[in-house]
Amino acid sequence: MLKLQNIDKSFEGKPVLSDVNLTVPTGATHALIGSSGSGKTTLLRITLGLIPFDKGYVKINDQALLSLSPVQWADRIGYVPQDGGLFPHISGIDNVSLIAKLRGWETWRITERVEELRKLVDLDAAVLRRFPFEMSGGQQQRVAIMRAAMMDPQVMLLDEPMAALDPLIRRSLQQELKSIFQRLGKTVLLVTHDLGEAVYLADKITLLHEGRIVQSGAYRELLKHPAEPFVTLFINAQRTLPDAADVA
Amino acid sequence: MVVPRTGVAAAGLLAAAGLMAATMSLMPTGAFAADSIVVGSKAFTEGYVLGEIAAQTIESVSAVPVTRKLGMGSTGIAFEALKSGAIDVYSDYTGTLTEAILKRPDLKSMDAIKEALLAMDLVMSGPLGFDDTYALAVKESFAEQHHLHSISDLAGAESSIRAAFSYEFMDRKDGYQGMAESYHLHFAPQKVNRMEHSLTYQAIDDGAVDLIDLYSTDAKIEKSHLRVLQDDRGYFPVYQAVWLARKSFTERHPREWQALLSLQGSISAAAMIDMNAQADIQHLSFAKIAAQHLGSEAPRSQSLKSNILQRTREHLWLVGIALLFSILVGIPLGLIAVRFHAAGQAILIFSALIQTLPSLALLCFLIPIFGVGMKPALAALCMYSLLPVVLNTFTGIRTVDPKHVENARAFGLTGRQILLRIVLPLASPTVLAGIKTATIVSIGTATLAALVGAGGYGALIVSGLSLNDVPTILTGAIPAALMALIAYGVFELLGLLLIPAGLRKQS
Repeated sequence: MLKLQNIDKSFEGKPVLSDVNLTVPTGATHALIGSSGSGKTTLLRITLGLIPFDKGYVKINDQALLSLSPVQWADRIGYVPQDGGLFPHISGIDNVSLIAKLRGWETWRITERVEELRKLVDLDAAVLRRFPFEMSGGQQQRVAIMRAAMMDPQVMLLDEPMAALDPLIRRSLQQELKSIFQRLGKTVLLVTHDLGEAVYLADKITLLHEGRIVQSGAYRELLKHPAEPFVTLFINAQRTLPDAADVA
Repeated sequence: MVVPRTGVAAAGLLAAAGLMAATMSLMPTGAFAADSIVVGSKAFTEGYVLGEIAAQTIESVSAVPVTRKLGMGSTGIAFEALKSGAIDVYSDYTGTLTEAILKRPDLKSMDAIKEALLAMDLVMSGPLGFDDTYALAVKESFAEQHHLHSISDLAGAESSIRAAFSYEFMDRKDGYQGMAESYHLHFAPQKVNRMEHSLTYQAIDDGAVDLIDLYSTDAKIEKSHLRVLQDDRGYFPVYQAVWLARKSFTERHPREWQALLSLQGSISAAAMIDMNAQADIQHLSFAKIAAQHLGSEAPRSQSLKSNILQRTREHLWLVGIALLFSILVGIPLGLIAVRFHAAGQAILIFSALIQTLPSLALLCFLIPIFGVGMKPALAALCMYSLLPVVLNTFTGIRTVDPKHVENARAFGLTGRQILLRIVLPLASPTVLAGIKTATIVSIGTATLAALVGAGGYGALIVSGLSLNDVPTILTGAIPAALMALIAYGVFELLGLLLIPAGLRKQS
């Protein structure tokens, strides 16, 4: 379970996040959505332990972030950066096994774990030996998920996982991602600006606006019972294409 | 091929350093030999000939090995070398001593000059027998056309005259400035060219200029059909050639010093012009010319091949050490510059400032500290090769996409792991390019090391330049260019080995 409690954060006196509360139950997939400037990236970086915050707690299974070393914390959160964020100078398999190697895992154990994850994300072994620039966007994304899952973290954190992908590939990868999440059985927090993606992948959606949580709940709830007019505004703004009837 | 995947940059750069360190084993033996008599000379024909005469004279009476550090860049360098004890003896001229070194034009008698020098623990011999003063010369045909016999005759025509003067002549008090004032001559500044002395002959031969300065014993006066203009106002001081030695040398080796003194009054102006001509025009070796004059057998001269080999070893040694230094010091400095902003700016500005110093000036500054020979040359090369490495390390690291660093932090990598596993490998193409630049620049700059007696290909180039002998210049210049090409190739290969494959194929 990932829990963000009463998080406050300000930059140079300007509040960026105020009293943010968010709980993702074990095994659930949760989407954090908001437009740029909403504070979602700041919240993501706080959750990863990359920047300090003014007030509140970040907890995984009731253990607070600040009570753990950076290494311990990193191993509890599997992070998939935007567009995969693979290190360009090393091969896919080296990206996946880098952290385990640094933690002193034995080779057989690394090989076994990589193989297990490779099957889970359904990636060809030959692709794994390639360098990132030799892979498609979807392949990079899958390698990045393998890397994030390598240390068997309790929580997976994905930052705009599909942002740079072609719309058609995006659709098919979304389906795969959903089944990967199911197979992994992890607690997942997804940060995105794309409502369609959030609705498709997540059980619950949290809408962040100007540093505070506007509403948290299932899509249906947001649609039917918006907490504020902004919720409806945000949802409508994302429905960019007109209906067929309107065009005719 | 096994592609190194982790810690590539660190390991790779060390490997490169190791490779260059291997050149250390090629260090020329005797470069820092203790017990020997060191004869120096300035880098022009007469200097080389007199240096060789001194060396052979000492060798004829002494068992102590003689080291020749001939062809030093300028009066300043040779004199500093003598003062600092890097050389024991060289030949200079009374006029140069009073005007340029002691800055006492009032000293007229030999005894007065000797006394002033003795105060600096230096001993001067009596005159060797000829006077090699500055003079101005024009083509015979040009002289006829403009009715020129003396320097005074230049008055009125001087503003349209194209001149080429040597650096020393331009800068010395008793040179261009004083001469122009004394004769009330007003040359057009844009028509007065500064150049290497031996090239001024080339310039006047080619008709590129009308007037040059020369030394009155130059061999090429006749060959180039020049008319030496009379110094009708007696402006130029007397330049009696003398030996200049360290007092400690004359005391430690009295027999050798006596042998040199026995040459006093024995070299006439005609003999000197003749010897200069043998070198400049007939291209005889300095050793042979000196031996003929001394009536002895020329020491067995080094074959061209072994000479080039020796110069190659010296050159490799110079470049190798400079490179090792630039890697071991430059990369950490680059890292510091990234980490600490203020210190970084200071480091970058300082290493950039070094680059702006002309190499000859830097060598002059370093002689009082390091003496002459390998040490000041190495110090200068190390300083010059620093900037490309520091700057490229700095730039390479600064241009690493910060998202990779942040991601690495999110994965729990420590600062050290981020540096070694992520940042340095990502910056390695730029860092390696900096080392490559430093190497190739060093190979070029190391040719100047000859001016402080450090040898290398520059020794061949400098002596070739002073003789205006293109083949000799080429025996130094071509291997230097080849070495640069080979270095380029080696770095291309190192790139294949050291730059992570994921980055190589990308570009």
